[in-house]
Amino acid sequence: MDKKKPKKVFVQGAIPPEKIANSIANHQSKTNIGAHSIFLGQIRADEIDGKTVSAIEYSAYEEMAESVFHEIREAAFSKFDITCAHIYHSLGPVKTGELCLFVFTSSAHRKIAIEACNYFVEEIKANVPIFGKEIFEDETHQWKVNK
Amino acid sequence: MKVTLKYFGVIAESAGKSEEVLELQQGLSVRDLKNQQIKKYQIQDAESVQIAVNQNLDKEVELKEGDEVAFLPPFAGG
Repeated sequence: MDKKKPKKVFVQGAIPPEKIANSIANHQSKTNIGAHSIFLGQIRADEIDGKTVSAIEYSAYEEMAESVFHEIREAAFSKFDITCAHIYHSLGPVKTGELCLFVFTSSAHRKIAIEACNYFVEEIKANVPIFGKEIFEDETHQWKVNK
Repeated sequence: MKVTLKYFGVIAESAGKSEEVLELQQGLSVRDLKNQQIKKYQIQDAESVQIAVNQNLDKEVELKEGDEVAFLPPFAGG
């Protein structure tokens, strides 16, 4: 039932660390869970041609992104025996050192939780139409491409 | 036929807009529309541009009235 409900993935700005703590706390009542796996994406201060990245401004083809997120969820639930999964991704500016992606998978056992978490992260990076403008300290910018 | 074009990221920057409605000739292929707009707005790195028609990627579908065609630069989520 958890997996059928379309969920809101995008949050405006950085993901606050409290959200991670709260998500963990919200699962304490689900005692069939034996393992959580968490991935956190953080904005790195890359140096490119002598200029340092100070923030990434995210934008997305939101309607398509939401439906791709939903497809990834459906595929993950059919591939892995996970109890639940949560994904949050930032839109708008996120400063270096702040969090832009939070993936949280839970299962009875660790291996499945970890594999499912990796699956989500790789699928999100490859298939979700999200775009990132890397803003430098001098306010010039370039467009990020996932490696 | 009227088709809505949406531009994202660096493509929206090159086009100077994020959306426009164009009156296109019937039977124009997705590939031709892509090439036409890439030329018009001098979009760089054309081979990296993916097209989604009504949110579906790279389908060689026949365009029809009311379609939404999105021009997507490389993805950079996460």
